[in-house]
Amino acid sequence: MAVQLDDTAEQAAPRTGKGGAPPEDGTPPEDGTPPEDGTPPEDGTPSARRGPGNPGPAPRAPHLPARRAPYLLLLPALLATAVFLGWPMVRNALLSFQNLNMKELIQHLTDWVGTGNYQEILGSEQFWRVTLRTIVFTGVNVALIMVLGVLIGLLLARLGKKMRLTLSIALVLAWAMPVIAATTVFQWLFDSRYGVVNWVLDRLGWHSMADYDWVGTQLSTFFVITVLIVWQSLPFVALNLYAATTTIPRELYEAARMDGAGTWKVFTSVTFPFLRPFFLATTFLEVIWVFKAFPQIFAINQGGPDRLTETLPIYAFTEGVGNLHFGMGAAISLLTIVVLLAMTAYYLRLTLKQDQQEENAP
Amino acid sequence: MKHPASSAARRIWPNATAIVLAIGFVFPVYWMFNTAFKPPRDIITEDPVWFPFHGTFEHFATAVNAPNFWTLAGNSIAVTVLAVGLSLLIALCGAFAIARMRFKGRRGILLTFMVAQMAPWEVMVISIYMIVRDADMLNSLLPLTFFYMLMVLPFTLLTLRGYVAAVPKELEESAMVDGCTRRLAFTKVVFPLLAPGLMATSLFGFITAWNEFPLVLVLNKEPESGTLPLWLSQFQSQFGDDWGATMAAASLFALPILVLFLFLQRKAVGGLTSGAVKG
Repeated sequence: MAVQLDDTAEQAAPRTGKGGAPPEDGTPPEDGTPPEDGTPPEDGTPSARRGPGNPGPAPRAPHLPARRAPYLLLLPALLATAVFLGWPMVRNALLSFQNLNMKELIQHLTDWVGTGNYQEILGSEQFWRVTLRTIVFTGVNVALIMVLGVLIGLLLARLGKKMRLTLSIALVLAWAMPVIAATTVFQWLFDSRYGVVNWVLDRLGWHSMADYDWVGTQLSTFFVITVLIVWQSLPFVALNLYAATTTIPRELYEAARMDGAGTWKVFTSVTFPFLRPFFLATTFLEVIWVFKAFPQIFAINQGGPDRLTETLPIYAFTEGVGNLHFGMGAAISLLTIVVLLAMTAYYLRLTLKQDQQEENAP
Repeated sequence: MKHPASSAARRIWPNATAIVLAIGFVFPVYWMFNTAFKPPRDIITEDPVWFPFHGTFEHFATAVNAPNFWTLAGNSIAVTVLAVGLSLLIALCGAFAIARMRFKGRRGILLTFMVAQMAPWEVMVISIYMIVRDADMLNSLLPLTFFYMLMVLPFTLLTLRGYVAAVPKELEESAMVDGCTRRLAFTKVVFPLLAPGLMATSLFGFITAWNEFPLVLVLNKEPESGTLPLWLSQFQSQFGDDWGATMAAASLFALPILVLFLFLQRKAVGGLTSGAVKG
């Protein structure tokens, strides 16, 4: 899967001359606008000045439909987003200001409580504890995934053909395992009585682990969840990193080697700068995916023991659907979105800035 | 410059690491199939049985004969294929617009999809439940299809945007100079070059839609209206102690995606490479 692609390509774009004249602007500015390359005509102005009297022959692209074309092309996607995401979001926001429990749900009652839900949540110690836990959990997992994923990706690049294929297939199998199936398998691997993990630990001389209950404490439960998530996420980073490294011109590596650069130096001076967009985009995606991880945590131990492995999505689900406090759940889910936005704000801003530069670039 | 012996020696460490890693990544998948084929006495043992010597299909029979397996498998396939197909179609149009055209509000739209990608569906189940309930469409596959479509749409669109941008515009333009209409230039020239990108993104779509759990759990409560993840979770709570049957059920659920991935993955990663080359 090719996430980093969008940004690699986005960066590549100015160099391939994509940022300049937009395709629908194929017509030369015959209406008196100076042929300034630096300012890509904002859609309205130049074409509006073209006027009905001077339709202007379009040598390549017909420009009247072309002006509307992007909007028409985007219409289905925007419409679907508005209906199936926007509407539930609005509804969710409204719910978060209501006292909505089982009784109100069944009787179709609406009981507005203003910011009551938010006051209660923000005032509770539990929420802040879960938020902190979620941030730490996301940070640890993403760091592990990125570091190990990059190492495996670089290893793939160094392997011979057969070895690379072998490791790739293994990675693909882990990647393709559906989450619920993988979670079920991990429960079996870490089963306290007949799990193969405990058997191996016992055989390695760690006899106290023979019947160890992995979901008995907070840390050990998080350990199992982390192994599961990292195992499933590494292939995405590793395979894509390997694919991306094959696009780095060989001369760059040769030049670096000629200068006597070691492995680490080559990575920091060639690979990393070249693949910066890849690293940014992948980290962004991993943050989202780990932060939102739901079935893994939920199925391993329902956020237990004693709700100690609840992250924000689980917390919202347990409060809302589990304990039937729908209004509260809705409020927590909105706060969850705010936390996630805060965690990813840097990347979002960066992408937009870069996009703007591209738009302004000649 | 290098002696063959020393280069072979230098390969030992990478190769050894690769083998250990490969075993580590495959093992859980192997252990699932392995357990699914073992007779119960080989599953509940003090020492693990590493290979299903006394292989049996009884667990698969248990799984397949569990209530509604075939109905829910059909539901899963229908919902997944429809959702992914629809989102590819819609996303391709949008990706083309964003990658190739400059227009007012472009950045805002881009941001919309990036934020949409972050939507925590798991915690919006309450509002979705109420919307679907008010539309009187609980236990129907239609809402699932549309919501799954939207779950994969932002990622598909943003990723395809990269693939479209990576196809040199000159190719398209020269086709148009040669008298092609824009649409023809797209279908004849650009679309074939996008095939790997479409495969890569549809893989992601398949795995997302095939896996989705919280929504179907809340929306489709009637036993025949759900999808396979629901079936697997119910199967597990019913047969949880029967690890053989549970692993057989998990295998049946995982198999289609594993096969699809193995077939398409090379094209997907290859496509990625060719897409990322432009630089």
